[in-house]
Amino acid sequence: MKRGKGLTFVGDSRIQKYDKPKLNRDYSEFPGRTEEFYPDFLLKEWVTGAVFLIGFLCLTVAHPAPLERVADPTDTGYIPLPDWYFLFLYQILKYTYASGPFNIIGAMVIPGLGVGALLLAPWLDNNKERRWTKRPVAAAMMLISFGIIFYTTWESVAYHDWETQNQQGQIVFSNLDTEDPVFQDLIRSNCTSCHGGELTGGSGPNLIEPDLNAETVNAFVTNGSGDMPAFEDQLTEEEIQQISEFVANLELTSRDEAENSSN
Amino acid sequence: MLNRIYDWIDDRIDITPIWRDVADHEVPEHVNPAYHFSAFVYCFGGLTFFITVIQILSGMFLTMYYVPDIVNAWNSVYYLQHDVAAGLIVRGMHHWGASLVVVMMFLHTLRVFFTGSYKAPRELNWVVGVLLFLVMLGLAFTGYLLPWDMKALFATKVGLDIAESVPFVGEWIKTLLAGDETIIGAQTLTRFFAIHVFFLPAALFVLMAIHFIMIRRQGISGPL
Ligand code: HEM
Repeated sequence: MKRGKGLTFVGDSRIQKYDKPKLNRDYSEFPGRTEEFYPDFLLKEWVTGAVFLIGFLCLTVAHPAPLERVADPTDTGYIPLPDWYFLFLYQILKYTYASGPFNIIGAMVIPGLGVGALLLAPWLDNNKERRWTKRPVAAAMMLISFGIIFYTTWESVAYHDWETQNQQGQIVFSNLDTEDPVFQDLIRSNCTSCHGGELTGGSGPNLIEPDLNAETVNAFVTNGSGDMPAFEDQLTEEEIQQISEFVANLELTSRDEAENSSN
Repeated sequence: MLNRIYDWIDDRIDITPIWRDVADHEVPEHVNPAYHFSAFVYCFGGLTFFITVIQILSGMFLTMYYVPDIVNAWNSVYYLQHDVAAGLIVRGMHHWGASLVVVMMFLHTLRVFFTGSYKAPRELNWVVGVLLFLVMLGLAFTGYLLPWDMKALFATKVGLDIAESVPFVGEWIKTLLAGDETIIGAQTLTRFFAIHVFFLPAALFVLMAIHFIMIRRQGISGPL
């Protein structure tokens, strides 16, 4: 074997590659104050990265990633919300001319135009000028798009019902037995749309935590109160009584004793 | 000792050019924040890459506990978050990292746009960049379902409904993603897991490799 660095072959190991590519260039020909990437610049990047990482770790501990209760497809009262970077699309789809019969505009035309224009930007804006002040049309389009994304995101956040949002997903351990026929047949079809899929509150109040007795619940269900409708005509007295006893019996429990589906 | 090991290997397979190729390049003055502070806008691409690495590493650790089925998914995440040492940190990094990577990528896109760096000869790299953007959004969308909690399920429902409303191919796309024409359930979670953990990362790696090779070929665009 021939000694020395840089020994390579060209496909066939009997034929040696002789031209060693020139590794180092003479950087003095570069204009301006350049800096070699390795090692100094890399070290600075590394230090910046480490500082950033420490800050990031603090964030993860100070603000744990959210987790809501386990998915329950039958809970139709739940108001969905995507992660924040999709909110602008979600908001655009709420506008009259981008939803319902015009859904195709919000779901296809607008995102399609956006992505298409972005993909084709080098050919749409194809003169040599690089400075953005010298290509007003392209710059204006980008600024307007940015403005729309920013505004619709803001609008979506500002008009959202955050109180219900935070209530509806909470992990609550209770003795609510979701398999119980009273819950399955009566409560799920009459109460959960307002009081939440696990009765922890929605547009109506939480029914697990307050210490209610069966008579009080019965009166509420029979006659209604405020925004809550009366169920006198929809349910029999016996059904109302079953519901009342079931609800009066509800309470918070520890995680190990919980019977609701979060367990 | 280490030097002799290196030399021994280098004698045989000539590894020096490989890493030299990555390490040896000049950082021009106009992109170096040490000389012009405003050049920090040129860091957003690198930051995107850095956070992508965080996502990959934290994601790998998440899969050591996560179970992609509808009976255990939520429980495995709850357990990871509350009972596993440092589970809170690992999940937190992946969760907040997902937002950060979107922000950084957006800022990087704006930098490239407003410095006109997508112009000839860099059109192809811009197109690869836009594809990277879409892959990232796909990762964000599919990852959101995985904890299988209320927000995950219902946001995904909305997303799939939007996909379904696309004319001609909509229903086909929805079935492909959800694994069923109507039900969003066990099959959907498994598919989203596969897409989030195998398909899209594979696409991401290929596109990033192309992106970086092209940057080295063309060099960074010159000062304005
Ligand atoms: C995973 C996502 C991405 C990563 C990790 C990434 C990384 C990078 C890096 C490190 C650079 C070197 C310059 C700099 O840091 O600014 C760069 C340049 C570039 N990127 Fe990206 N990028 C990503 C997404 C994108 C997107 C979304 C676009 C555009 C839509 C894009 C278009 C470009 C172009 C055209 C260049 C060359 C710019 C020049 O030469 O001045 N990249 N990218």
